[in-house]
Amino acid sequence: MKWDWSAVSGFMPHFWDGLLVTLQILALGSLISFALGLVWALLMRVPSRWVTWPLGAVTEFVRNTPLLVQLFFLFYVLPEWGLTFSALATGVFAIGLHYSTYTMQVYRAGIEAVPVGQWEAATALNLPLRRTWTAVILPQAVRRVVPALGNYVISMLKDTPMVMAITVLELLGQARLYSQEHFQFTEPLTVIGVAFILISYLASLLMRALERRLAH
Amino acid sequence: MTSGLWELVLKGVWVTIQLLVCSALLAMAVSFVVGVLRTHRLWIVRFLAGFYTEVFRGTSALVMIFWVYFVLPISFGWQLVPLWAGSLALGLTFGAYGSEIVRGALNAVDPAQKEGGIALSFTPWQRMRLILLPQAVPEMIPPFSNLLIELLKGTALVSIMGMGDLAFSGNLVRLALQESAEIYTVVLLIYFVIAFLLTRGMRGLERKLKAGTGKPVGSTADQELSRPETTGVGGAVA
Repeated sequence: MKWDWSAVSGFMPHFWDGLLVTLQILALGSLISFALGLVWALLMRVPSRWVTWPLGAVTEFVRNTPLLVQLFFLFYVLPEWGLTFSALATGVFAIGLHYSTYTMQVYRAGIEAVPVGQWEAATALNLPLRRTWTAVILPQAVRRVVPALGNYVISMLKDTPMVMAITVLELLGQARLYSQEHFQFTEPLTVIGVAFILISYLASLLMRALERRLAH
Repeated sequence: MTSGLWELVLKGVWVTIQLLVCSALLAMAVSFVVGVLRTHRLWIVRFLAGFYTEVFRGTSALVMIFWVYFVLPISFGWQLVPLWAGSLALGLTFGAYGSEIVRGALNAVDPAQKEGGIALSFTPWQRMRLILLPQAVPEMIPPFSNLLIELLKGTALVSIMGMGDLAFSGNLVRLALQESAEIYTVVLLIYFVIAFLLTRGMRGLERKLKAGTGKPVGSTADQELSRPETTGVGGAVA
């Protein structure tokens, strides 16, 4: 096995560019998935089959089909419908939408885990529905779901390389570009592989610390 | 779509299924071996198995696929057939996720069961085979079912390397017809049908294995929130 340190140092400037894009996708994708997931979870509680059934079917569909094909769909089909976004925006939206179908399950479980007594207390205090949700149920539910949401942020990180397929130059895209220009595949690919392991390991340590703080 | 293009899509479905079966078998073997080793009594064995899990779970499946396709042939001289390269990358990555499931289920067995095995002077291997695994395996089925769906979604990644799976044939048809919406809808629907069939099959398997154990089928809200860190895997409440 040949290892060329000069290829590593040559790749590093591109590495930082790619890392910035990866982290951007991760941050924006997480925000979208957290927000949309909460919307889906609340809509699923609407007591009408006309809302819950179609929403359940669509989210189930999105969850059980590959993100890669969804990316292709959004990237190639939206322009046909006259909606043109940058590749980065499309990637962020696709990842956010895909993961919102996961976070929705997490929120649902978090809401269900709030003891029934809390609902009854809110009723006894004659709180309006809005206050019941914003002051009683959601603050307790969100506390419970933070660790689970954190796990999905970590897995989102590992799905960001897929947006390379729609021409976004994030970490893997940069590594591939550099490899093809200089014909050195080993170093850039190994560097980003190690980077992913390090980032996700640090993130999981962070999540564990956060979990401990929220536990009491 | 003409019949030739449909044939292309069908060929893609066949490649996707082959890849799914190969990588699922490899992932299952890896997850049982590594998961059992993570409950070994020697700390060095536990450490090495844990190290494997952290490394392969930590990196992205797509980066892993690139590594197997580009770095293995150049640096180690191992040029693999595309199907094996894809199965190897996916199997090793998803095996690391699966090992967490196996470890979690083994640790969830009542300690008294293990102590009973020791009292009856079973060897460690007998305890594992006759006491721990029969009780742990039914508990593994719902998370494994989620993992299998993730693996199915993961197989689409090999299309980036030019392997002719379902996603790849979708791209070819798009280039031929320029009708993106139709072809990608068809491809997504096919993936969904495969996933649906797999979920149903796994649920049947769970019913069968749990019959007579007096345990409920499916997972509760508490289990959903305290799921061991599987990062990228699972999510659907069975």
